[in-house]
Amino acid sequence: MQPENLIAASRFCSSHQIEYSFISSLQQYGLIEVTETEGDLYINSDDLNKLEQFTRFYYDLQINLEGIEAINHLLEQLRQQQLEVVTLRNKLGWG
Amino acid sequence: MEFVDYYKILNIAKTATQDEVKNAYRKLARKHHPDLNPIDKDANKKFQQINEANEVLSDPEKRKKYDTYGKDWQHAEAYEQAKKERGGQQYRQSAGANSYAAGDGDDEGYFSDFFESMFGQSGGRARNTQVKFKGKDYQAELRLTLKEAYTTHQQVLTVNENKVRITIPAGVENGQVIKLKGHGGPGVNGGPNGDLYITFAIENDTAFKRDGDTLYATVDLDLYTAVLGGEVTIDTLDGKLKLKVKPETQNGTKTRLKGKGFPVYKKEGEFGDLFVTYNVKIPTGLTEAQRELFTQLSKS
Repeated sequence: MQPENLIAASRFCSSHQIEYSFISSLQQYGLIEVTETEGDLYINSDDLNKLEQFTRFYYDLQINLEGIEAINHLLEQLRQQQLEVVTLRNKLGWG
Repeated sequence: MEFVDYYKILNIAKTATQDEVKNAYRKLARKHHPDLNPIDKDANKKFQQINEANEVLSDPEKRKKYDTYGKDWQHAEAYEQAKKERGGQQYRQSAGANSYAAGDGDDEGYFSDFFESMFGQSGGRARNTQVKFKGKDYQAELRLTLKEAYTTHQQVLTVNENKVRITIPAGVENGQVIKLKGHGGPGVNGGPNGDLYITFAIENDTAFKRDGDTLYATVDLDLYTAVLGGEVTIDTLDGKLKLKVKPETQNGTKTRLKGKGFPVYKKEGEFGDLFVTYNVKIPTGLTEAQRELFTQLSKS
């Protein structure tokens, strides 16, 4: 049985018209976490936005997996720094 | 409606081959894609212009029409009509073949008015080249006092001129981030809206020290109550509480008050514990009589 927060990788692949192997590759690179149940891969719904973003990088922008890995790392750093900027601005009353 | 030079947008010559168009598009798309420019407010707009230029220049038919009428795009339909009437004779020369028009207009209404005037709303762009992308994620910080974080309550936030009502569950942590799905920037080309991330900054305005759902407090105890036992009234976040003090309570003794700590996040009715440390106060400013009594005690 499939828990509510899990989406079948096959369903994602067919709706985005992408290869199933793309999901496995992302998993191998540690970019997303998937759950394997009875031989099928499932994606956590919290990872859906991230997965869609990686799909756009790979299929629309022709960025390979190594590139996606690097971009993901940098975007995460950027997000952290932005949070820090917001916090500091708030502290300074620049909100 | 302004003329937009698609060649200029893609930074290519008017004689560029289809491969050159494709390469230029990919290069610029990688540079300006909103997913790669989360803090650039103009990224969406730039990316739409690039998409529009690619839509026209990568389609030989559209490119031909664009190249043929150029800046005279307003008269394109009239020229087409006249051409038909004259049996398809060459009329392009008078139509300004060396001028170029540009515009935006997507088959879903995200391209310019110019694009729609020239190519119509349906556009004819291949579905698999249309990029849907999620709207921008917004970040916000919400300040709460420890007392406010103690109870579940609602707050109304103003995010980009929109009011968002949120319920803040009791027990939220300092620095905790919650995501409000779909409350970020609007999606483009039918993509989903971005999300709103709220970071909580909790200021401790109490004498308690918090560690998750456990609270710590230090309570002063006079020497006589510590020695003889008795009662002491302490403040908790839930009101005042009377505690029995055992006789001969030592300085630094800790008492655990089960369920009197902080609420457990998203577990209604569940609370952590409160640890009270007694700080026995030695009396000061003794009178002669008191000093004498203590002396007697010390010899007993």
